[in-house]
Amino acid sequence: MKVRFDILRRKNAASKPYMQSFEYEYENGGMTVAAVLNELNRREPLKDINGEDADLIRWECSCMQKKCGACAMLINGRPRLACDAKLSEYGDAIRLEPFRKFPVVADLICDRTVIFENLKFIGAWFEKNAEIGENRAALAHESSRCLQCGCCLEVCPNFSADTKFKGMAAAVPLSRLLAQVSEDEKKRIFKAYSKYFYSGCGKSLACRNICPAGIDAEMLMVNSNAAAIWKRKRKK
Amino acid sequence: MINIIGAGLAGLSAAISCAKSGRRCRLISKQPSERAQSVLAEGGINAALDTMGENDTVKEHFEDTMRGGVYLADPNAVAALTENAPDIINWLLGLGAGFNIKDDKALLRNFGGQKKKRTAFAKSSTGKIIMTALIDEARKYEVSGLIQRFSHHELKDIVVDGDTCLGVVIEDSYTGGKIKCSGDVILACGGLNGFFEGRTTGTTQNDGSAAALAFSKGVEFANLEFIQFHPTTIGISGKRCLISEAARGEGGRLFASLNGEKRYFMEEKYPELGNLMPRDVVSRESYEISRRADCNGVFLDMTGLSQSVWQGKLSDLRSECIYYLGLDPAKESIPVEPGIHYFMGGINVDINHRTNIKGLYAAGECAAQYHGANRLGGNSMLGALYGGRTAAENAEDREIEFDMPQSFENVTLSPDIEEEFEKILYEGLGIARDEKSLENALEKLDKLNKNARTQLGRAMLVSALDRRESRGAHYRSDYSEKDENFRKTSISRLKNGSLETEYRDIPERSGNESQI
Ligand SMILES: Cc1cc2nc3c(=O)[nH]c(=O)nc-3n(C[C@H](O)[C@H](O)[C@H](O)COP(=O)(O)OP(=O)(O)OC[C@H]3O[C@@H](n4cnc5c(N)ncnc54)[C@H](O)[C@@H]3O)c2cc1C
Ligand code: SF4
Ligand code: SF4
Ligand code: FES
Repeated sequence: MKVRFDILRRKNAASKPYMQSFEYEYENGGMTVAAVLNELNRREPLKDINGEDADLIRWECSCMQKKCGACAMLINGRPRLACDAKLSEYGDAIRLEPFRKFPVVADLICDRTVIFENLKFIGAWFEKNAEIGENRAALAHESSRCLQCGCCLEVCPNFSADTKFKGMAAAVPLSRLLAQVSEDEKKRIFKAYSKYFYSGCGKSLACRNICPAGIDAEMLMVNSNAAAIWKRKRKK
Repeated sequence: MINIIGAGLAGLSAAISCAKSGRRCRLISKQPSERAQSVLAEGGINAALDTMGENDTVKEHFEDTMRGGVYLADPNAVAALTENAPDIINWLLGLGAGFNIKDDKALLRNFGGQKKKRTAFAKSSTGKIIMTALIDEARKYEVSGLIQRFSHHELKDIVVDGDTCLGVVIEDSYTGGKIKCSGDVILACGGLNGFFEGRTTGTTQNDGSAAALAFSKGVEFANLEFIQFHPTTIGISGKRCLISEAARGEGGRLFASLNGEKRYFMEEKYPELGNLMPRDVVSRESYEISRRADCNGVFLDMTGLSQSVWQGKLSDLRSECIYYLGLDPAKESIPVEPGIHYFMGGINVDINHRTNIKGLYAAGECAAQYHGANRLGGNSMLGALYGGRTAAENAEDREIEFDMPQSFENVTLSPDIEEEFEKILYEGLGIARDEKSLENALEKLDKLNKNARTQLGRAMLVSALDRRESRGAHYRSDYSEKDENFRKTSISRLKNGSLETEYRDIPERSGNESQI
């Protein structure tokens, strides 16, 4: 099978973006977009569809198995992990672009530093020991799975890099803290959740089916709301 | 300032330890911690917590680790590691790491090479869960200024003057800008995956260039011939995907299909530990049986596992098999093969994680410590956490000045040479090695252009060739027995551009202060 990759390219943040296409032949539809990008970059020299020399394609990857969030990009307009996108899911053309909500560094790489800065800003950590328990640990487990990939932020109508609202990528890590916070510091974490997430979330759930880790955000939010907003007593 | 290269378990542990004692550090990594290989660790982390009513002890953890490493590990280091293990898990619980627990205590599971339940776990995402807790903990100190993060920065140079490390130069991979970072350096840059791309269960980020750079600076490496093959991996797009040992710990059984007949070869040959023999043994048995003409593959049979095990402990593993293989392991056996999983060898360090260069430390998978000839599952996360902390405790917050170097060592190869290089290494360093294939590999390697990367590869081949015995993960089909004369650490270093090797004695057990 033959597939055409249309890749939105840019040498650096300052340069003008342009589309460049590459052709790729494959047999196994289970092959992922990430593996194709690696294969293309191994070609020496790399030529585009018109036979012109092309620079290596810049993108980020690490685990190649949907567990690290490095390779998030827009694939046919939808935020996805490139190592999660099998060729068999697509037709004979696949469009790759960097996320739009973050500053582009080069080609498919964007600078997602703001995701991490936001967690610093809202104070996402424990000062005191966590209070543990079986139910709490189960919630902590689910929220710990967040990849900090930013797919949910890319689709969220209420999030941008400079809003007070910090989006699901902050709410999920906060839910780990909310599940296990001790009496002594719960006020601080409750407030962070309410101020930087709850009050700004439109609950449209545009982010619902986008999370590549399949995190059960609704379940986490129900629990976080119960703790931080309705101040219900948590099960141990 | 203390400069930490790598922000996986070892790097984070080092950074938090520096910060806790009020010392400032730079935490430098190619990509944020969330993307480090440590998030992939699945099965668990070992500590003699004895929460399962089996009277487990630190002494047994020590003994199992020494035996697993076939007595090549430094016994004093292993004693310190195993003694500190329970406290480390309790610390992680206090940070709210979502382990599987009962009555506020960590549950433990069986893991290979250990007779008692000693492996704390969080379903099958233990590494991710620990990393999340540590990342949150480090964040606190980032805000207070004690930890300064440099994500998307690559190690460009290790500045060494005589036998002392003055600091590092790092490069911002987003802007290309270079930064001089003076002070002690802790390398926590992970294993040598990049030397075997596509053949390991790890990340592409650990491309081995930091190690090659260290090698070029005269840093000594140890035990490079010891590479662990994990017996159960599946081939997926671009890499080998691990099927955690927990699958066997929870009751999964390996069999070979011989002319359509199922042979549970591990259980037949090793009635006591069966499927949970140390990884080298399982990998080799699996490799040997798969080479028989009548063998149609080796499979992992998990169909006997209970619904509660699937839901409570192995849910991620199950969805992975369904996603990548289109097979539901609760209903059918899955085809598995050995794949490269862990590098026991690496930068040579002493019990305090010091290298031979003053002011330069190494911890985590990039260092050769604790695991000897073979690592027990669940001991490497422990080693990374404890090693990172130990290195940090010994590093000093010195202010040193140095000039920005004018040129930098090239430690990479062009894509086609790199491919050739990796092919050669794999030919020599597979599960079963022999003189002929190693010599062939060396001959081919010597035709490639020489730089620190190819020289480090050469050191791996030479170490494997020189060790004329079989021990742990190093199996020589032409010397299939263990030879006590080789109960020594193999050392490699570059001097004036050429490779030097030697054997060193394993330290004696001192055991004065220790309980075991
Ligand atoms: C699939 C899988 C499952 C595993 N399961 C288990 C398990 O159940 N139990 C267990 O104990 N162990 C397990 N392991 C092993 C264990 O995860 C690793 O050995 C351990 O996490 C290594 O941690 P580390 O901090 O040394 O390195 P890593 O987590 O690999 O981190 C390396 C860091 O160095 C940085 N880096 C690398 N090169 C450079 C450079 N040139 N410049 C700047 N930064 C650089 C990277 O960005 C990264 O931050 C598993 C490993 C894999 C792959
Ligand atoms: S529910 Fe809507 S507003 Fe809230 S995080 Fe999701 S997409 Fe954003
Ligand atoms: S919640 Fe899901 S989509 Fe959002 S950052 Fe975390 S892993 Fe990514
Ligand atoms: S490379 Fe890790 S999620 Fe794709």
